[in-house]
Amino acid sequence: MNARVELWGVRKAFQEDHPNVFWAVDGIDLALPAGGVTVLAGPSGSGKTTLLTLIGCLARPTEGRVRLDGRDISGLPEPFLAALRRQTFGFVFQRFNLIRGLTVLDNVMLPAYPLGPSHRALTRRATALLVRLGIGHRAGALVESLSGGEAQRTAIARALINDPSVLIADEPTANLDTALSLAFLDIVSDLRAEGRTLLLSSHDPLVREASVVDRVVELRDGRVVADHETRAEPAG
Amino acid sequence: MTEWRPALARQRYLLDFTVAAMRRRRARNLGLLVVYGGMVFLLASVLFYTGALKHEAGLLLAEAPEIVVQRMVAGRHDLVPETHAETLRGIRGVRGVQGRLWGYHYDPVVRANYTLLVPPADDIAPGTAVIGPALARARGAGIGDVLSFRGYDGALRAFQIQAVLPQDSGLVSADLFLVAEPDFRALFGVPAGQYTDLALRIPNPREIQTVAEKVLEAAPDSRPILREEMLRTYDAVFDWRSALVLLPLSGALLAFAILAWEKASGLSADERREIGILKAVGWETGDVLAMKLWEGGLLSLLAFLFGTAAAYWHVFGLSAPLLAPVMKGWSVLYPDFRLTPAIDATQLLALFFLTVLPYLAATLVPVWRAAVTDPDEVMR
Repeated sequence: MNARVELWGVRKAFQEDHPNVFWAVDGIDLALPAGGVTVLAGPSGSGKTTLLTLIGCLARPTEGRVRLDGRDISGLPEPFLAALRRQTFGFVFQRFNLIRGLTVLDNVMLPAYPLGPSHRALTRRATALLVRLGIGHRAGALVESLSGGEAQRTAIARALINDPSVLIADEPTANLDTALSLAFLDIVSDLRAEGRTLLLSSHDPLVREASVVDRVVELRDGRVVADHETRAEPAG
Repeated sequence: MTEWRPALARQRYLLDFTVAAMRRRRARNLGLLVVYGGMVFLLASVLFYTGALKHEAGLLLAEAPEIVVQRMVAGRHDLVPETHAETLRGIRGVRGVQGRLWGYHYDPVVRANYTLLVPPADDIAPGTAVIGPALARARGAGIGDVLSFRGYDGALRAFQIQAVLPQDSGLVSADLFLVAEPDFRALFGVPAGQYTDLALRIPNPREIQTVAEKVLEAAPDSRPILREEMLRTYDAVFDWRSALVLLPLSGALLAFAILAWEKASGLSADERREIGILKAVGWETGDVLAMKLWEGGLLSLLAFLFGTAAAYWHVFGLSAPLLAPVMKGWSVLYPDFRLTPAIDATQLLALFFLTVLPYLAATLVPVWRAAVTDPDEVMR
């Protein structure tokens, strides 16, 4: 279940071949131990989302290395990166990115399709996740009919369907009110207790100051400007 | 569990997802299906119709003589004397020579040409005639009625209709007017011992070419026409006519190609976003391509099936009302008959590859381009 992520001199440039090249991440060294909740904090444009995409194999760094359990994953061919996205990392996107026109259950099952599991087992697993997250009764609903909180829980269930060891959430409370944000933190707490590694990006004080958070890494202009432990008690 | 099961299950999941995706973009896909199916329908109709006509012509010519000999005088067709028949009977390889009497007659009443013919058996009583179904229809004539024509000398000659030929031989019998030999000679002014042409029977197909050469040697004023040449002429005529139909269609085909390319190759922002999401949650480029292959395959296959089924019904069920005026002939008396279904598998396969494969290619290229890029854009 546990996965250790390390970053060595990671940089990411956009519009690399243009004169107005922009370095969104500009030389980050970071070690994220297995388990626990880490929050990447910082203002808009500080490089939080870009860093999450690099860790989660959604993009490759321009320079530097990303290692997972000591193995360099930044130079892996696309099929291997896809396998990591499918089985090691689960993503909860800021705008949830659910596929419209499909039911909640279908959306949750999507990441498992390429593995070709038995339909009955997959449906059972997805339904159990939805029940656990408190939206079992919405399994047959089309995702466009969901409230913000329901959509987020659907996105979390989708991220967990292949039982990943690392869950990445980009600005998870950006579209939620306080009550729903606190409910989200409860879910985070449960997942942490299972021994998963959680990596969140947020500039919401509610998240940064939550008791479930182990560590806050402050970013600005693509660099780490502060890195502090916030919680003494061990995970799990 | 054996290894192929997850692969099969994976394809089933991809197919399920594809069907759901097609349902979500119902209007776009239905529109594409109608236009695509319509094009296949038109192409397949021309193909089926041409093929069936050629098939009919082939069947008819199977009964035709191996060589027909005409007489040419200074490049003009002239009557063949009986003496020619005697000469040709002496050529080795020729089993029989039969003088034939036939000609066209213009009927000002219906403003149409009839084909007057003396049947080989010559079993028609003088003063009577057997007529083709289209001719009977045009003149509103039936058994027992009398039809009269003005002959070469201006004299009116009357024929009582003895029988009407059956519909199923309609392709060539539509405008036939079968009469007895003396009546034909009297009407056209053909003296005894003269024929329109001669029909040669040659049992060994390998000898046909040699016999044709010997015919020219024995009677230098003759023009032998081989059955294969007639078949080729039919083929050329029907091919030419199908080209005549396809030519105006080619504009529509081009418009369709542009539409299909536009629709298939231009990924909407929604589709691009969806591909990004699928990649982000762990689908490989191959999974996305397989899904889109299913989509393009299903759409083009459905269009192909609907188009060809409708074309089959149009040609063989309804006798091709959309094509008949061009394809059947430009005579006034159109044959009215049902074509026997005759489909050339190679042509059908060619149509399949010409319609399905380009569409799949047009679909896959942009998807591949979208699918190989990093999925990080969906995070933003």
